Amino acid sequence: MKIVRILKTVFLIDFLTGLLIAIREIFKPKKTLNYPFEKGKISPRARGEHALRRYPNGEERCIACKLCEAVCPAQAITIESKQREDGSRKTTRYDIDMLKCIYCGLCEESCPVDAIVQGPNFEFATETREELYYNKEKLLENGDRWENVLAANIKADNPYR
Amino acid sequence: MEYLNILFSETYKILFLLLPLLTAVAMIVWLDRRVWAFVQKRKGPNVVGPFGLFQSLADALKYIFKEIIIPASSNKIVFILAPIITMTLALISWAVIPFSENYVLADINVGILYLFAVSSLGVYGIIMGGWSSNSKYPFLGAIRSAAQMVSYEVSIGVIIINVLLCVGSLNLTDIVMAQKKIWFIIPLFPMFVIFFISALAETNRPPFDLPEAEAELVAGYQTEYSGMMYAMFWLGEYANILLMCAMGSILFLGGWLSPINIYPFDLVPAPMWFIIKILLLFLLFALVKAVVPRYRYDQLMKLGWKIFLPFSLIWVVLTAGYLLYFDLLPKV
Repeated sequence: MKIVRILKTVFLIDFLTGLLIAIREIFKPKKTLNYPFEKGKISPRARGEHALRRYPNGEERCIACKLCEAVCPAQAITIESKQREDGSRKTTRYDIDMLKCIYCGLCEESCPVDAIVQGPNFEFATETREELYYNKEKLLENGDRWENVLAANIKADNPYR
Repeated sequence: MEYLNILFSETYKILFLLLPLLTAVAMIVWLDRRVWAFVQKRKGPNVVGPFGLFQSLADALKYIFKEIIIPASSNKIVFILAPIITMTLALISWAVIPFSENYVLADINVGILYLFAVSSLGVYGIIMGGWSSNSKYPFLGAIRSAAQMVSYEVSIGVIIINVLLCVGSLNLTDIVMAQKKIWFIIPLFPMFVIFFISALAETNRPPFDLPEAEAELVAGYQTEYSGMMYAMFWLGEYANILLMCAMGSILFLGGWLSPINIYPFDLVPAPMWFIIKILLLFLLFALVKAVVPRYRYDQLMKLGWKIFLPFSLIWVVLTAGYLLYFDLLPKV
C-alpha cells in the first residue's frame, strides 16, 4: 500500500488526474447568467419590495389593524389611522423604512386582508437614503404596478399556506 | 550627435520590446481569469470589449484614478520604492530573452546568470513592501515570501546547472541552439517538472501563494497598497510569471525552434513558436491555479529543501557522469 502511495506521489498521479478533470470541465456549458440581460427564476414566495394592494373596485385593502406594525421585528413600519365618513377605518399614514426592514416577510404573514405584500422585485436600489423611506403613495403605486404578478404569486403559493 | 543617435536607436528598441510586453501582461491577466473561470464553469470577464479582452485595460484605468493611500506609520520612501522595484526588476530581465536567432535586445554572454540575478533581486521589492507598511499582515507575508523565494531559487539554480552542463554556455541564444537536435525536455524531463513547480513557488502562484494567503494574511505584502502602486505590484507579478514561462521554454522547450522542420511548420516565423510555447506554459500555470489547494507552510519548506534540492543535485551528478562517460560534454 505504502509503495503505491509513494509511486503515486512521485509521478504526480493525483495532480494529473485533477488537471485532466479541469480540462474536461472547461468544455462543459457554463452556469453563469449574464445578470442584467438574463435573470434567474424567482419563487412566488420571494420577499422583495413591499406593496400595498387594492380591491378590484379600487378600494384600499388595508384596514389599519396595525398587526404588521406590531409584528415587525425591525420596527420599520409606522401607521396612523382615522375613521372615514362611511364608518370604515383607513390609514392616513403608512410608512416603511426600507433601510430598517430585514425582509423577513412577517408583515405579509400577519396581514388578515392580504394588503401589505412583498413582491418579486428586488432591483430598487436608489442613490439617496431618503428615497428608501417609503410612504403610502409609493407603496400603493407599487401595488398598482405589480398587481398582476402579486395576485398570481399569492394564488400559486396559497396551497402551501 | 553620434551618442544621441545611439541613444535614440536604443530607446526605440526598448520601446519596441516594452510596449508589446506590457500589452501581453494585460492580455495574460485576462487569459488567467478566463481559464480559471472556465474550469469552475463560470464565464469570467466577458463584457469589456470583444470576449472581455479589454478588462485589464479597464482595471488599469480604475487603478490610475484611485487614491494612493500611504499609511501614516509607514516608511514613506521605502513604501513608494517597493512597487517600483518589483516592476522594474520584472521588466529589465526581458532584455536578454531571445525571441529568435538575431532578435534579442542584449545578447550578453552571461544571459542566464543575469536572469537568475535579477529574479533573485525580486525578493527585495516584496520585503521592502512588507516591512515599510509597518503592519502585521504585510510583514508576515513578506517574511514568508522571502523564505519561499530563497528556498526555491536554490533548486532552480541547480536545475539551470543541469541544462548548462549539456550546453556549455551561459548565453541564452547558445542554450536554444544547443537544442536543435533534441529539446532538453526529453532527456531532462524530471528537471522540467521540478523547474515548473519551483517556478510556481518563485512567482507566488497557487498552490504556493502563501505570501498572499487571503484566509490568514488578508493580501500579504500588498495589504496596505492601493491605486497605481497596487497595480504595479500586480503588473510585476504577472511580468514575472511570463518571464518564468519564457525561461522554461528557453531552457527546456527549445525557445524559438519549431518542433519539426517540415513544410507547413517552417513557414511559421521563429518568434511565433516562442510565443506559442510561452502561452502553453502559461495555460498550465493558469490550470494549476484552478486545480490545486494551497500548501501548508511547513510542507512548502519540506518540498523545497528536502525533496527538490537533493533530487536536482543527484540529477546534476547523473547528468555530469553520463556526459563524461559517453564523452558528450560540450567542447568549449
